Amino acid sequence: MELFGIVFGAIFINNFVLVRFLGICPYLGVSRRIETAMGMGLAVIFVMTIASFVTYFVYHLILIPFNLGYLYIVSFILVIAVLVQLVEMVIQKQSPALHRALGIYLPLVTTNCAILGVAFLNIQEGFTLVESTLHGFGAGIGFTLAIILFAGLRERLDLVNIPESLKGAPIGLIVAGLLSIGFMGFVGMI
Amino acid sequence: MAGDGGIDLFKNFTRGLWSENPLCRLLLGMCPALAVTTTAINGLGMGLATLLVLFFSNLIISLLRHLIPSKVRIPSFIIVIASFVTMIDLFMEGFFFALHRELGIFIPLIVVNCIILGRAEAFASRNSTLDSLIDALGMGAGFTISLLILGSIREIVGMGTIFGVTVFGEGYLPFIVMILPPGAFISLGLLLGIMNRIEAIRR
Repeated sequence: MELFGIVFGAIFINNFVLVRFLGICPYLGVSRRIETAMGMGLAVIFVMTIASFVTYFVYHLILIPFNLGYLYIVSFILVIAVLVQLVEMVIQKQSPALHRALGIYLPLVTTNCAILGVAFLNIQEGFTLVESTLHGFGAGIGFTLAIILFAGLRERLDLVNIPESLKGAPIGLIVAGLLSIGFMGFVGMI
Repeated sequence: MAGDGGIDLFKNFTRGLWSENPLCRLLLGMCPALAVTTTAINGLGMGLATLLVLFFSNLIISLLRHLIPSKVRIPSFIIVIASFVTMIDLFMEGFFFALHRELGIFIPLIVVNCIILGRAEAFASRNSTLDSLIDALGMGAGFTISLLILGSIREIVGMGTIFGVTVFGEGYLPFIVMILPPGAFISLGLLLGIMNRIEAIRR
């Protein structure tokens, strides 16, 4: 039940984009069409889950035993950058089809603050290995849900008449705000 | 060139404040801008922390710009930035504990703030140290001011106070949604809209 709570919480109650404000750049940048949003979402789910799993070991098996806890910022960003490269190479060799679907999104994911954010949150909350991995997975699903909903709304926005000054990012942010009000409705469910 | 050096430096500084304001015009650093601006003081704290990291990373990167091979420049920049973020993180935890608590993971996340890597790549790695420092101050100030304005709007409307001082008196019914996440999106959206409008009128 507790594990379910972590996943549900990461998807709906503390949605990474709409409530925690992590990963806003790709959220506004790659949400022009539903297909691209879906590709980005899948890449984020994939990398977030693996990153949560790996950073757990880096923190608890390397940094803590050697009393280097304060190096977590430097080491996590390096580990995640290396990890994304590695994942990209493995996918390219093993599954060209998956690589075609995720390829261009994987490098973008490296500098996504949601990935680093999930690793920091796992430490802050003191999650175990299973909890961390599930939290990363749930956070990725939450990101994907938010970006696909937003892309759908944005495709509609292209067809309507918007005041000149609000075109582009401003109206995008206002729409995201309304979407966020919707997600506020999940608060207190667990 | 010697004569208009001062004007160049001044232009270099003011660019970050309006025409290339990192948050409002280039749309960089959105995550911290939306997340921590629930009050004016949080916005100011986050802005100053970013300014300090930007200043020191621009300083080191511009000094090392001839030494860093271009193939490994991005990882090198990230290491420099991450080191300064660690210092600021520990410094704030030591001296501004309450603020550090409020800002939470967004202090360590300065490391992936696109403004800092963006300025390192686009400016500090190609220009002299003095120019890079001025650039850092201008960009940092532009970001800090935007965060302060956003934080003030949200605090005034959402709680009826500014820097903790009551402005509207007892009868004011706070518009709570402004300090919740939706308020962040909507107020930044409107702020960008207003800036676009001003820019359109100026032209």
